[in-house]
Amino acid sequence: MSKTITIDGQVIPFEEGQTIMEAATEAGVYIPHLCHHPEYTPHGSCKLCNVNVNGRTCSACTFPAMEGQQILNDAKDINEERKKITQMLFVEGNHFCPSCEKTGNCQLQAVAYHLNMLDDHFPLFYPHREMDASHAKVLIDHNRCIFCTLCVRASQQKDGKDVFAISGRGINKHLIINAESGLLKDSELEATDQAAHICPTGAILIKHTAYQVPIGERIYDHTQIDQVSLNSENLQHDN
Amino acid sequence: MTTKIRVATTSLAGCFGCHMSFLDIDERMLQLVEVVEFDRSPITDIEHCTNCDIGLIEGGVCNSENVHVLREFRKNCKILVAVGACAINGGLPAMRNFIPLEECLNEAYINGIGVENAQIPSDPELPLLLDKVRPIHEVVKIDYFLPGCPPSADVFWKFLTDLIEGREPSLSYELVHYD
Repeated sequence: MSKTITIDGQVIPFEEGQTIMEAATEAGVYIPHLCHHPEYTPHGSCKLCNVNVNGRTCSACTFPAMEGQQILNDAKDINEERKKITQMLFVEGNHFCPSCEKTGNCQLQAVAYHLNMLDDHFPLFYPHREMDASHAKVLIDHNRCIFCTLCVRASQQKDGKDVFAISGRGINKHLIINAESGLLKDSELEATDQAAHICPTGAILIKHTAYQVPIGERIYDHTQIDQVSLNSENLQHDN
Repeated sequence: MTTKIRVATTSLAGCFGCHMSFLDIDERMLQLVEVVEFDRSPITDIEHCTNCDIGLIEGGVCNSENVHVLREFRKNCKILVAVGACAINGGLPAMRNFIPLEECLNEAYINGIGVENAQIPSDPELPLLLDKVRPIHEVVKIDYFLPGCPPSADVFWKFLTDLIEGREPSLSYELVHYD
């Protein structure tokens, strides 16, 4: 008998050592997330994957699956909390979708669509953040960074480099680049690095590719992120 | 004859693109005006709101006049709707929020290419600019939000027909876009 957990009434098998997120993804159950990526060590920072485990709120990407857990995921109050978290991510940065190259391919936007987020609810911060266009092939717009650390992890764990880090705390938190000048052009980053392609928002972009796919024909324009995410993540798992 | 539903519309710090998109409902406008009467709106040239059922606001607030108009709409409309990206988060005009106002004015009216007789406009009739462009929900209570740049004609149609026919308005996945 394999061990099982129950998510929204559905019995799901898991293997020892798997997180709730891993077990759910394998079973075709989508749990919203932004900082999680199946190929990297979980970070547990965006809190979008919050689920209710036996009455307590836990991050599904970091919490181990354990025999008999009763988990609530796609519940109205949990999705309302996720929507509030997403709204906070939007107001804390500068996310002007109509003028962003990533629109339609952006996971932050897609999660917001999935949660039927129609407004920002909170007052907007309009923080003053810089753009780094110094690199010949890669651009960083700090206005759109949500500090998921996927680029940090990808650079360390996949590319064998150490190009990015998060510095500062709280509202002063920001992405820094490992170069004496602090500029991307003086870092080891190459456009072929995983770190240059992993950003879930429009913060790290490959130059000269912006409108190759027209708006209206992009990934999330007609397909919800739950379908896209489950298909791609299970594909990666099978490989 | 039953009383028609009164709708007012305005564009604050917007580009009228949302209004153009609204007009893209095309011949459905004929169905709409059977049950709807337009009050203050660029469509009618009526200058001030009277009691209305629905107010549609395009654009954020960038100057003192925008604030007055927005408050007039809130006072006179039972249901106030933020229409489009600029009303919801300030949009394109809010991208000036990262540049001090004085620098913006100097660039446009003093140092700009081809400026003659350089002076910053200061006629008392001109509304004063706010230091930052703000979304309208930071100024008055907003009842519904229609995202998009602009929201498509189908968004206007779905929202208004839901409301007019007494349903809670809801937009399907295909109708929700921020771009």
